[in-house]
Amino acid sequence: MYKGGSSMNISIDVKENEKLVEVKVSGEIDAYTAPKLRENLFPLAEKEGVQMVVNLSDVSYMDSTGLGVFVGVFKNVRANNGEFKIIGLSDRLKRLFEITGLADIIDINTQIEGGVQ
Amino acid sequence: MDFREIIADKYRDILVNYLKDQSEQSLYSSQKFSRKSIEHMISPEEIISIHKQLIVDLFPDMQPEIAHSFDILLEVMVGYGFALREHQNLKHIQQELRSEMEIAANVQKTLLGTSIPNIDCLDIGAISVPAKHMNGDYHHFVQDENNSVSIAIADVIGKGLPAALCMSMIKYAMDSLPENRMNPKDVLENLNRVVEQNVDLTMFITMFYGIYDTEKHVFSYASAGHEPCLFYNAESAEFTELPAKGLLLGIEKKTKYRQYERTVDVGDMIILMSDGVTECRTEDGFIERESLLELIKKFIHLDAQDIVTSVYKELEKMQDLQLRDDFTLIIFKRKV
Repeated sequence: MYKGGSSMNISIDVKENEKLVEVKVSGEIDAYTAPKLRENLFPLAEKEGVQMVVNLSDVSYMDSTGLGVFVGVFKNVRANNGEFKIIGLSDRLKRLFEITGLADIIDINTQIEGGVQ
Repeated sequence: MDFREIIADKYRDILVNYLKDQSEQSLYSSQKFSRKSIEHMISPEEIISIHKQLIVDLFPDMQPEIAHSFDILLEVMVGYGFALREHQNLKHIQQELRSEMEIAANVQKTLLGTSIPNIDCLDIGAISVPAKHMNGDYHHFVQDENNSVSIAIADVIGKGLPAALCMSMIKYAMDSLPENRMNPKDVLENLNRVVEQNVDLTMFITMFYGIYDTEKHVFSYASAGHEPCLFYNAESAEFTELPAKGLLLGIEKKTKYRQYERTVDVGDMIILMSDGVTECRTEDGFIERESLLELIKKFIHLDAQDIVTSVYKELEKMQDLQLRDDFTLIIFKRKV
């Protein structure tokens, strides 16, 4: 078994209700866990007019590989006339979206309904 | 005597000795024996077959059932022997891949090679270290006859081979830009078009491009989602982030970039880095920008090259010598 720097800890919880797709990600998103995230999210992003909301409030770490997955998902959703939102970003992750200019094209500022769990 | 007989002989000595005295010494020699036999590709089932034969020879009056029981053990071990051979094959393949990667890393080094310009008024230091064989960070200096130095620093998402291949594309795109001096914003807009057409959906590149005018001492720059650069004001002895906003390369075809300018006084420094520097993780969490500043301050009296090298060494120590990401740090210091 390969043991890298990562603990491979990620869980992805998907709730689908017609066009609304709610995804809750928990754990770490890095080069080792990003492929799993990609496999889970890409097929969902291809639904015509999908409204995807990804909640990252339980993500403790994300590097640029994770950012790449969300960029890919965002492009796919947009190509299929859908909407894409990310909620629950920590200050550290918010900074990542701001530095990269992604905050200007991806909606990251919607408040979580019912406050923070 | 053939090899198998030598092995059987050796095994016999060890076994006989142990049956006599049950000493630690005999146990130890059996450990040594197993290392040797693995080295010579002797399978576990072969050892059991030797063991069975010896036991039958040594104790001719033994109950036959005990001898038969070794047949079962032998059959079970066949699977383990198979796994061992597979493991040895993989080890061999891994070695081949490793040497191929080393060759590729050397090719890349030559391809992306850049040398620090020698300019009277500037002290420049640069360090770039890949986390693995191949570097996904890129930096390139150009000195032109109009007394300006330009610096490009880029970071491809991810690391390893895919990042390195992408970096080569950037290198060629940069080389194919018109010769005459271009504004940083134009450089980024040009590269963005190339990258947008040529990368996978989840791939992107951050880039910072700056030109230092060595007559006016003005640094003009633009950023495509790159880790903010730092500015050290010698007079107030304070660090600030160089403001810069701009989208990553490769996201939207028609992205426009904004250009910024900063006047540089004697002693001031411009500090450029890749996100490998701020994403350094230690046991206790991330290295905050604050601690990076502390480190730079600690070495601020040194030459630019010694500052970047010393900061790298300290960060490496803090992370137990294990880089998680490619690491690039560049400093421009105005001398006169």
